[in-house]
Amino acid sequence: MTAPAEVLAVRGLTKRFPGVLALDSVDFTARAGEVHALVGENGAGKSTLIKVLTGVYHPDEGDLTYRGEPAAFATPLAAQAAGISTIYQEVNLIPLMSVARNLFMDREPKNRLGLIDFRRMHTEATRILRDYGVGVDVRRPLRDLGVGAQQMVALARAVSVDARVVIMDEPTSSLEPREVQTLFGVIRRLREQGIAVVYVSHRMEELYAICDAVTVLRDGRLVHTGPLADTDRLTLVSLMLGRELGEVRAEGMTKFTGDHETGTEPVLRAEHLTRRHELHDISLTIRPGEVVGLGGLLGSGRTETAKAIAGALPLGSGKVTVAGAPVRTGSTPAAIRAGISLLPEDRKSEGIVPGLSVRENIALAALPQMSRFGLVSEAAIDKVVETFMKRLQIKASGPHQKVGELSGGNQQKVLLARWLAMQPKVLLLDEPTRGIDVGAKAEVQKLIDELAEDGLGVLLISSDVEELIEGSDRVVVLRDGAVVGELTGDDVTEDRLLQAIAAAAEEAADTTEAVTP
Amino acid sequence: MTDLALGKSLPADRAQLMRWLQDYGVYAGVTALLLFNVVFTENFVSGENFRTQAVQVAPVLIVALGMALAIGSEGVDLSVGSVMALATSLVSLYLGYGPWLALIAAIIGGMVCGLLSGSLIAYIGVQPIVATLALMVGCRGLANVFLPQLETVRDDTMATLGTGDILGIPYLALIAAALAALVAFTVKRTTFGRQLLAIGDSRPAAQLAGLPVRRVLIMVYVCSGALAAIAGFLATARLQASDPTSLGNLMELSAITAVVVGGTPLSGGRVRIGGTVAGAILIQLLTATLIKHDLPSSATQIAQAVVIVLAVYAARERGKQ
Repeated sequence: MTAPAEVLAVRGLTKRFPGVLALDSVDFTARAGEVHALVGENGAGKSTLIKVLTGVYHPDEGDLTYRGEPAAFATPLAAQAAGISTIYQEVNLIPLMSVARNLFMDREPKNRLGLIDFRRMHTEATRILRDYGVGVDVRRPLRDLGVGAQQMVALARAVSVDARVVIMDEPTSSLEPREVQTLFGVIRRLREQGIAVVYVSHRMEELYAICDAVTVLRDGRLVHTGPLADTDRLTLVSLMLGRELGEVRAEGMTKFTGDHETGTEPVLRAEHLTRRHELHDISLTIRPGEVVGLGGLLGSGRTETAKAIAGALPLGSGKVTVAGAPVRTGSTPAAIRAGISLLPEDRKSEGIVPGLSVRENIALAALPQMSRFGLVSEAAIDKVVETFMKRLQIKASGPHQKVGELSGGNQQKVLLARWLAMQPKVLLLDEPTRGIDVGAKAEVQKLIDELAEDGLGVLLISSDVEELIEGSDRVVVLRDGAVVGELTGDDVTEDRLLQAIAAAAEEAADTTEAVTP
Repeated sequence: MTDLALGKSLPADRAQLMRWLQDYGVYAGVTALLLFNVVFTENFVSGENFRTQAVQVAPVLIVALGMALAIGSEGVDLSVGSVMALATSLVSLYLGYGPWLALIAAIIGGMVCGLLSGSLIAYIGVQPIVATLALMVGCRGLANVFLPQLETVRDDTMATLGTGDILGIPYLALIAAALAALVAFTVKRTTFGRQLLAIGDSRPAAQLAGLPVRRVLIMVYVCSGALAAIAGFLATARLQASDPTSLGNLMELSAITAVVVGGTPLSGGRVRIGGTVAGAILIQLLTATLIKHDLPSSATQIAQAVVIVLAVYAARERGKQ
């Protein structure tokens, strides 16, 4: 059997953004009748690659070939016109227009007067959508449909514009299992029609259920490409996370010192946290002085778990207790009063208040404690701010510099200071060292260690496997919003973690395959 | 060649100029207008003229203080003019019980309006512009129900408040100054003020930091309503008449103008009370100047437009950095 024809290919693709090398000489080939998985963790360069392929970004270096000829798409519209269709995570249709009009937008069937022939459009739309398992009244506005059905409409639209390449960016993130099966049916049909499909997803079982080839990106570089059947799950996970199998390190590279003395009674107990589509019966405990790592791939529910504990995400059901006392869920102030502090993943938009000064940012949460009858005590604030700026070595021109002007590491320290001023019992750290430079990273890691030694319970979320393993006394592994494993004692190693993540994926794949003949 | 060199050094200078213009432009504008009038306008430097200007600017200024709070929280309060009308109708209704009770009735009316729009914004998530627009229409209607037509207000205390002065300074100006000081103090020194700025700058961050976002937002509109009601009471005292149909018409726009010209950005997170006071005075002086030089009121409007565009331009330049 000869290799299928190349439809879309890039060679030596490089894309730079100010201060970042987003893609570093990447090769990628999409072939006719092949479903090609594109995988990698956050910041690996998947989105950038897709955006270059679809004309959103223009490459700094490298060649793009489309159907055997050199090509350069000036705009997304040009790429689309040439036959490259993209379906994004978020449905990009017009909610208030009818289903049929969304499907036929810009190419509605016309009658002799040049007006839209609604009758023909509606019959056609109904016929097309039936193939996608969507049986709805196509005259209704799109927003009346469920997200899954909307996704199908987007897909039907993308394919019916005479596409040669269909790129799907996490198409299943909002689909029910049944809808996923319909989607897979559609993808199989596309494959039979000789269309090249590029499939981006973090869900291992989906990749193995539908994809033929795989390309793994990490830190903007191509680390692997080839048939998916030749790569087992464990290898794939280790390629994504950048960890060699069986790689043993005599000495850690991080600043973590090791295990901590921990109390016996948990300071935080989260039980049966459940939220539709996101969290399924998650339970975990943290003891005083313990750093509990939360492992898992992107989209496994780590951030949601932390937010749910911090009251920032309403729960369907579940219970959170701090030092034995129940905490009202779904309320940030209640969680904070109970002693839970969250350092959010999205530091810039959910953490700092960029226009306010370092001083105001540190004092923000503890303001009521530092005021009397609603009047702020400047002296009390000065004292706290001075203490923490010194202790955390926050580098700013002074307490009155705007936080938005500081480096990422120092912003993170300001947020830590904000919470430490509240004297919390539990610290939830969501990617505390992401996007900060090496030196600041080491300092933050050292701080986490010290805080645990001081008796705080810490929940650590990190995509950096090394940081997670060396920083944590215990690691709870999540997949698809559920706890699937726990590593304790000598099992807290990179190998074990990778195995736990991969095994979890394997089990799930088995069940999925059992459902799909 | 010299042109090229100039072009190179310009951007930095221009950014600095714009920053300076946003921070101090309004004060410079007021100073320039004062100087112009001192030199070119007859009878400008007289106690009588200053009193007139101060009395005219006072209601706008008081309303603008509340507007500055709303804008600082990344909102806006369009209902202020109608709240003034509601206040004047309540004053007329309750004047029988004495002027102070009438004032309290007016303030409570204004606070209830603020409570309503604030709750819509904080709890139901209605856009501030829509929520206060509803109140703007509703309050005007309600005011007309309470008091269907213009009525004269005869009360000695109110007449003194509206037209009297102490050591040559009108009561109205004194009250406006005191309220400005109070609001400035609130913004700078209270937890409410600090939380308001944080919410205006980044609501998600404020929420995750456990701030009482809803309570603060409601408080903002309650304050704005109360200030508008006070302005309505004082305007009634000055005119010695209650006219719910026309009192406070377009006041919301004058107040927004004062706030924006005073350098408070519409994107929230910053409240400049000093700038707002100067902004109100600048618009007042501009109008007075043009009128004294026999230009039609249309010229005043065009001049106001130019000032607004300049202010917003300066703010935009800063946002780009």
